[in-house]
Amino acid sequence: MDREPIIVVENLRAAYGDATILEKVSFQVYGGEIFVILGGSGCGKSTLLKHVIGLLQPPAGRIVIHGIDITADNEDARRQVQQKIGVLFQADALFGSMSLFENIALPLIEYTDLSRDVIYRLVRMKLALVNLAGYENHMPSELSGGMRKRAGIARAMALDPLLLFFDEPWAGLDPVTAAELDILIKSINTAMGTTIVIVTQELASIFSIGQRVIMLDREARGIIAEGTPLELKENSRDRRVVNFFNRQAPGENRQGN
Amino acid sequence: MYNLAVIYRREILEGLVKTSSDHAKEYSLRIEEQVPGDIVVFISDRLSLHEFNDLLSDARSILKNRSPQKLTLNLGGITYLDSAGTLALYQLEEEYTALSVPVILQGASTRIEGILNLLNQKAHHIPSLNPERKSIHLLEQIGGATRMMGSDFVKVMSFVGILLTAIIGSLLKPSSIRWREVLFYMKSTGVDGLPIVGLISLLLGLIMAFMSSLQLKQFGANIYVASLLAMAMVKELGPIMTAIIVAGRSGSAFAAEIGTMIVNDEVNALETMGFEPTRFLAVPKVLASILVVPLLTIYADLFALLGGLLIGVIGLDLTAHTYIQQTRESIDVSDILYSLIKAMVFAALIAGIGCQRGFQVRGDAAAVGRATTSAVVSAIFLIIVADSAFAIILHYIG
Repeated sequence: MDREPIIVVENLRAAYGDATILEKVSFQVYGGEIFVILGGSGCGKSTLLKHVIGLLQPPAGRIVIHGIDITADNEDARRQVQQKIGVLFQADALFGSMSLFENIALPLIEYTDLSRDVIYRLVRMKLALVNLAGYENHMPSELSGGMRKRAGIARAMALDPLLLFFDEPWAGLDPVTAAELDILIKSINTAMGTTIVIVTQELASIFSIGQRVIMLDREARGIIAEGTPLELKENSRDRRVVNFFNRQAPGENRQGN
Repeated sequence: MYNLAVIYRREILEGLVKTSSDHAKEYSLRIEEQVPGDIVVFISDRLSLHEFNDLLSDARSILKNRSPQKLTLNLGGITYLDSAGTLALYQLEEEYTALSVPVILQGASTRIEGILNLLNQKAHHIPSLNPERKSIHLLEQIGGATRMMGSDFVKVMSFVGILLTAIIGSLLKPSSIRWREVLFYMKSTGVDGLPIVGLISLLLGLIMAFMSSLQLKQFGANIYVASLLAMAMVKELGPIMTAIIVAGRSGSAFAAEIGTMIVNDEVNALETMGFEPTRFLAVPKVLASILVVPLLTIYADLFALLGGLLIGVIGLDLTAHTYIQQTRESIDVSDILYSLIKAMVFAALIAGIGCQRGFQVRGDAAAVGRATTSAVVSAIFLIIVADSAFAIILHYIG
C-alpha cells in the first residue's frame, strides 16, 4: 500500500434539500488499500458514496480522485474519472435487457478500440475471475443473487479500473457465499493492486478484509472514528464505536468478542 | 405474590362468574371481595383473541355493578396468553385508571410474565412520527396541480435542451449512434404497430366514408366522399390517429422502460460508467420514432382510403377507378409532404415526452405507472397543440 492518496475528500457537505446529512467530512483513501465506510442506519454512508462516485454534486466541499477534482464545474473531468472507476451497486444494477456478455462488454466497446474478438476473450476472462465462466450468454434474471453480485463485480472491473467501489456487497448473501466474496475481493486487491472502497455493515467481512475504516454517525453528521477495524474495536473510547464493533445494543455489555 | 396471611371471606356472586359458552373451561373468572371495594379477580386458563371482548365486558360489568375502589387481577391461573390477551389486560387497565380505580396485575407465572414484558406497553404511547395521510381538499389539489404544471414545464424544457444537444451531437458523429438500438425501436414502434394501425385506419376510413355518404347522397354527390376522405385523412386524421396510437404503444413503453431502469439503479450504473443517460437511452428511441412514424402514417392513410374505397364500391355504386381517380385529384404532393412533416414532429414529441417522463421516475412501481400514464396523456396533448400550430402556420403561409 503506497502512501499516495488516491481519493481526497475535503470538508464535504451533503444535503437532501434542507436536510443536511453530512457536514465537514474529510478523509483520504490511499492507493492499493481496502477502505471501508461504515456506520449505523441513516448515517449517510450511501450518500457519501454517491458523492464520491460523481452521481451527486455536493453543496460544499471538494472531492479529488486521482488528481482530478470531480466537484469542480467540469463535466468532462467527471466523465474522465468515471472511466477509471468501477462501481458495484447494492441492487447490482445489471442491465436487465442485456446478457452478461453485453453488460460487461459495454464499456469495452464504448471506450476501447479493441476488436470484437478480443473483447469477447476479455469478457470471458473477467467472468472467470469472478467464477462465472461460461455464463456470458445468461440474462441477469436467470442468475441467483450471489451470482448477480459477482457479475456486477466483473462489469465494474471491465476496464481494469484503479478504483473499485462496492455498495453493501454482502447484503443478502449466505455466509458461505459471503466468505467467497471476501476471498474474491481480497484477491483482486492483492493481485491487481486495485484500491477498493466498500460501504458495508457486515462486521465479519470488515474484520476479515478491511484494512482501514471510517465510521459515520447520523447525529454527528460526519466521521466519528478512523483507523483499523481492530483499533476501533479495542481501543475506542466512544460508546457508539464500541457498540458497533462489538455488535451490542446501547446498554448491553458483551465480554470479549 | 399472594398475601396468604389474609383470611378470605369468600363471596361468589353467580351472575359474575362467567364461562364462555363456546370454549368450556377455557376462560373463566373468579371474583373475590375480601375487603369491600377491594376486588380480586382470578383469571383462568385462556386469554387470547377469542376472549378479548369477554374480558372487557366482564371488567366493565364489574365496574358498573360493584363500584370497586381497587382491582387486583391475579394471573396465576392463566395458561395461554397471546398479544390480543395482553392488549385486553392493558385496555382494561386504561379503562379503570380513567375512572381513578387502580389496577394491579399479580401472580403471573414466569412464562406469562415474560410475555407481558415482551409486549411492552410503553410503545403504545409514542405518538406517530408522520401525520396521518388524509385526503386533500379539492381546492388544495387544484392549487397544487397548477403549481406543478409550472415546474413540470420547466423540467420538460430543460430535458428538451439536453435531448436536442444529445441528438445534434449524435448526428454530427453518426458513428456514435447505437444503430442496433435504433433498429430495435424502429421495429417495435413501426413494424409491430402495423396490425393495429392498419385496423384502426381501415375502420376509420369505412366509418368516415359511410357517415359522409349519408349526407352527400342527398345531393347526388357521392363521388365527393372520396375527396372528403382523402383530404381529411392525409392532412389531419392520418397523422393524428397514427400519432395517438404510437403514443399509446410506444410513448408509454419508453417511459416504462426508462422508469424501471431508474428504479433498478441501472441509470446510475450507466452514469458511473461514464455514459450520458440521455444520449444512451433517449436518442435511439427518438431517432427511431422520427424515422418510422411518417412511414406508419402513410400506411395508415392507405388503409383509410382502402376503407373508403370499400364503402364507395360496395355501398355507393362507384367504380374503383372513379373512386381512386377522385382521390388522386383531391390531394397533391405538398399535402403529402405536409402530413409527413407533421408526423415527424409528432414522433419527436411522443418519444421525447415518453423519455422525459421515464427519467422523472423516483422510487417505486407506482411511480413508473404514473410516468407511463403521464407519457401518453402529455403526448396526446402535445400532438393536438402541435397540430393546431401547424394549422395556423399553414393558414398564413399557404
